[in-house]
Amino acid sequence: MQSLTNPALSIDDLTVAYHEKPAIWDIDLDVPAGVLMAIVGPNGAGKSTLIKAALNLIPRAAGTVSFFGEPYERARSLVGYVPQRGSVDWDFPTSVLDVVTMGLYGKLGWFRRPRKAERDLALHALEQVGLVDFADRQISQLSGGQQQRTFLARALVQDAQIYFMDEPFAAVDAVTESAIVNILRQLNQRGKTVMVVHHDLQTVAEYFDWVTLLNVEIIASGPTLKAFTLENLQKTYGGRVSSLHGGQLLAASAQ
Amino acid sequence: MTARAAISRDERRVWLIIAAMALASLLLVPFSQALFGLRFTYTVRVVALGGAFLGLLSGALGCFAVLRRESLLGDALSHAALPGVAIAFLLAGRELSLLLIGAGIASWLSLRFVAALLATTRIKQDAALGIVLASWFAAGIALLAYIQSIPDASQAGLDHFIFGQAAAIIESDVRLISVVGLVILCLLALLWKEFKLVTFDAEFAGANGMRTGLVDTLLSTLIVVTIVLGLQLAGVILMVGMLIAPGVAARQWTQKLDQMVILAAVFGAFAGGVGAVISALDSDIPTGPTIIVVASALVLLSLAFAPSRGLLWRRLRQRSNRRAFAARNTLRDLYRYALAHGAANSPVPDRFIRGVRDRGAELGLRELRGAGHVGLGEGGWQLSESGVKLARRDLHNQQLWEIYRLYAHELDLPVMEEDREREITSLLPADAVAKLETKLAEGADP
Repeated sequence: MQSLTNPALSIDDLTVAYHEKPAIWDIDLDVPAGVLMAIVGPNGAGKSTLIKAALNLIPRAAGTVSFFGEPYERARSLVGYVPQRGSVDWDFPTSVLDVVTMGLYGKLGWFRRPRKAERDLALHALEQVGLVDFADRQISQLSGGQQQRTFLARALVQDAQIYFMDEPFAAVDAVTESAIVNILRQLNQRGKTVMVVHHDLQTVAEYFDWVTLLNVEIIASGPTLKAFTLENLQKTYGGRVSSLHGGQLLAASAQ
Repeated sequence: MTARAAISRDERRVWLIIAAMALASLLLVPFSQALFGLRFTYTVRVVALGGAFLGLLSGALGCFAVLRRESLLGDALSHAALPGVAIAFLLAGRELSLLLIGAGIASWLSLRFVAALLATTRIKQDAALGIVLASWFAAGIALLAYIQSIPDASQAGLDHFIFGQAAAIIESDVRLISVVGLVILCLLALLWKEFKLVTFDAEFAGANGMRTGLVDTLLSTLIVVTIVLGLQLAGVILMVGMLIAPGVAARQWTQKLDQMVILAAVFGAFAGGVGAVISALDSDIPTGPTIIVVASALVLLSLAFAPSRGLLWRRLRQRSNRRAFAARNTLRDLYRYALAHGAANSPVPDRFIRGVRDRGAELGLRELRGAGHVGLGEGGWQLSESGVKLARRDLHNQQLWEIYRLYAHELDLPVMEEDREREITSLLPADAVAKLETKLAEGADP
């Protein structure tokens, strides 16, 4: 099914523009299989746009994207997605278990309804994120961290090879952050490729073994130790990063 | 376990309301016959049936418009149907099915037009909807005025499409409505999970391989067809109320999409039936406004009285929360003071406790006294045996939570949300509780 010679994700000359202004510009990116990669960059750098364009959720101005050498249409079942928490209405009338089961709708296909097997898979995913007691809860009653873990569980039931996560760590509590990190590591150990839009530069070296620095264009991409340098960060964020984070970051990546 | 039981109780209550509303709709005709002595001719029965069925359809489909925050889109779509009606009349004459097809085409075109405006210009959605609503409706009115200037009697009644006129509904219309309605309901059932996911999280649906464009268009088309069917009854101006109001009312009562849709359907059937019957009795009463008045009454009642989301219920819950909160704090104050002055049941001067909590103390003392946890003795307020027990348990619980926060990681305890209002011993497995107790006994300083 998947060849080892092909990278998990391969992007060529990808450009996306909103109203003539390029959001991401001429992206070339190869992500090898099995890495845990952070996508970092300032606000408006096009991090979410990159993910959405790769998943065909927004139109591309130019470029191609392939997963294990296959175009997206043929590789859909290999790809899992955790959208930003704020992208949905959490007052929607449904339960946690129901949301997680939605991760299986793609596999079920048209018309077929989820049954006990799907329910069990969803419960198992909820167990992994520590929310099994919340299965019957209304999603409107969840805290931000619980919402994020619900989305994570929904991605887990997809049982994909490649995961895209859009800011899963944004404004979550410590319990959720550690739960997410655990899940990321488990996925990584099982050979999955995980790409995470990440904001906290301080934890990049601790959580991720691969990093892509993005600011409309790709600034650098590679193993964290090589690519996550002060020089590259300054190219990405401008000079201010050195005073803010530089010292700690380099100390962290030197470990 | 208890949480599950509570949810199923809520669900049962909603099914009960659904059954009651359905029954009320069914009994409408014999009831008003007996009570008001209304004469139900064959025509009135037909109109009642048509109204109820249209209400049912628009209630069910309207839920999706409400949840997708597309209520205004529904308004624009129904207004935009008017020029379609007029053009169809000019081309083909007064044949209902053709008029409706004209309405449907115009409405559907306006939907694509809004989408095109949003995709190609920088106009925001509300402005785009406003523009389309006003311009297409104006075109419709202008065409109607032109038609009325033609010397031909057959245009009579075309302006019923503006405010709706149930009396115009005849048996063949009801047959048309039922057939198309059944098809819509079947599609809704078949594509339930697709519609649900596209409504909740279209982005994820797309990434998950669903053809969201197609599902989206299907759902919008069903809504357009529903609007078009309802035009004769509610009219282009108020159709949006028939679409939205039942869904809004139903949302107050339930937290499940399937229940919401079914409840909205019976609410809609009730409003549609009642409105149609009332206006059929006197041709001076326009149907649309009557239906909307009934539907709005259902919305108001739901907003006021629905459990958990209703205003009344929320007010009551706030009050009981405030009492419980005051009682808990007062108990802690009493206990702490008493311990510091001898024993757990030493009397606490009234002036002290009121000085600490002011009005909260008044409320808390009343609660505690009512439950028999505290009594007013010689030297002041004194905890009873049950009060002391309760205070001890509360303190112990708070201490265990402190230990949990500090040592959960070290002791390898299950990860859970902190909720100090709940008993930690009931949330953790026995061995985890034992670990916490040991740590506390060791004198770990929380």
